[in-house]
Amino acid sequence: MGLVARHAEAAGIPTLCMTSARDITRAVNPPRAAFLDFPLGHTTGKPHEPGLQRQILVEALSSLETMTAPGSVKELPFRWSEGEKWKAKAFAEGDDRTPRHDTPQYQHEDDRRRAEEGSSPSCPVCRS
Amino acid sequence: MGPVDYIPRIRDNYARLGYKPYNWVVNRDTAPWAPLRKPLSQCRLGLAASGGIYVAGQVAFHYKDDASFREIPTDVDTKELRATHFAYDLSDARTDPNVVFPIDTLRRLVREGFLGGLASRFHTFMGGIYSSRRVTEDLAPRLTARFLEDGVDAVLLVPV
Repeated sequence: MGLVARHAEAAGIPTLCMTSARDITRAVNPPRAAFLDFPLGHTTGKPHEPGLQRQILVEALSSLETMTAPGSVKELPFRWSEGEKWKAKAFAEGDDRTPRHDTPQYQHEDDRRRAEEGSSPSCPVCRS
Repeated sequence: MGPVDYIPRIRDNYARLGYKPYNWVVNRDTAPWAPLRKPLSQCRLGLAASGGIYVAGQVAFHYKDDASFREIPTDVDTKELRATHFAYDLSDARTDPNVVFPIDTLRRLVREGFLGGLASRFHTFMGGIYSSRRVTEDLAPRLTARFLEDGVDAVLLVPV
C-alpha cells in the first residue's frame, strides 16, 4: 500500500497509510503513516466497537494536518488487549495463509450466483 | 513486547511457495510530499483498502496476484459488503467490515463535521501482489487516476 501512497502523493494527492505492520511500512517508506499495534485484519479497529473505530481514525487522520516531514509514522495510543498474548501467537504461528487460488473466492455461494447473473451493473469490475 | 516483524514471515512464505527469493521493497529516498491544502473539515476524502472487500453482486477477488480493483459506492449498504483474502483471518471483517474498510466510521466523521465529505466511490483490492513492478507500473497509476478523477483532497489507505 505504501507504493500506492507514494504514487498518489507524487501526483499531488496527500495520503495517509494506516498500518499494523510497522517493519513493512518503514521499509516501503510512505509519506505519512499511522501505526496501530493490532493483529492483522484490524487495521482500522475492533469489530462492533464504533467508538474505538472513530477514535482511531480521528487520531490517524489528524496526521494529515499535523505531520510536516515525509516518512513520518505516528504511533497510535491504542492497545488490542491488556496482555500481548496475540503477539506471541503471531510470532509462533508463522505464515498460515490460504492457498493462492486463481479463481474468484466468494464469501457466500449466493454472491457467486449474483455476480454470474450480473445483477449489479452499477458495480463493475474495474480493470482499467 | 515490540511490534511483530512481518517481513521475515513473508519471505519464508514466498520461499515455501517456490517463488524466487522475495525482494522486499526498501525505499531509502525521501518520500514524495503533497501538503494538505485545507482543513480536514473542508476536505473530500478518498479511500483505498486492500482487505479484499467487494459488494455482493460483484465478481470476488482471486488469491493469486490479483491486480484488479473494485469500485465501492460510498452510499453502499454495509450489509452488502463481503471480505475475501488469503493473508488474514477474515472472521472479524466478515461480521464488521469496518475493521479493514472503515465505511461507517468515515460516514460518521462527515456527519460530525470532522471531514468535509467523501468521494462518491471508494476502491478496494487484494494486495499481496508478488511483483512490486506490477504495483508501481499498473495498479498504483490506475488508482491514482481514479483519485484525480474523483477530485479528492486527500486519500486514506488501509492495508491489512
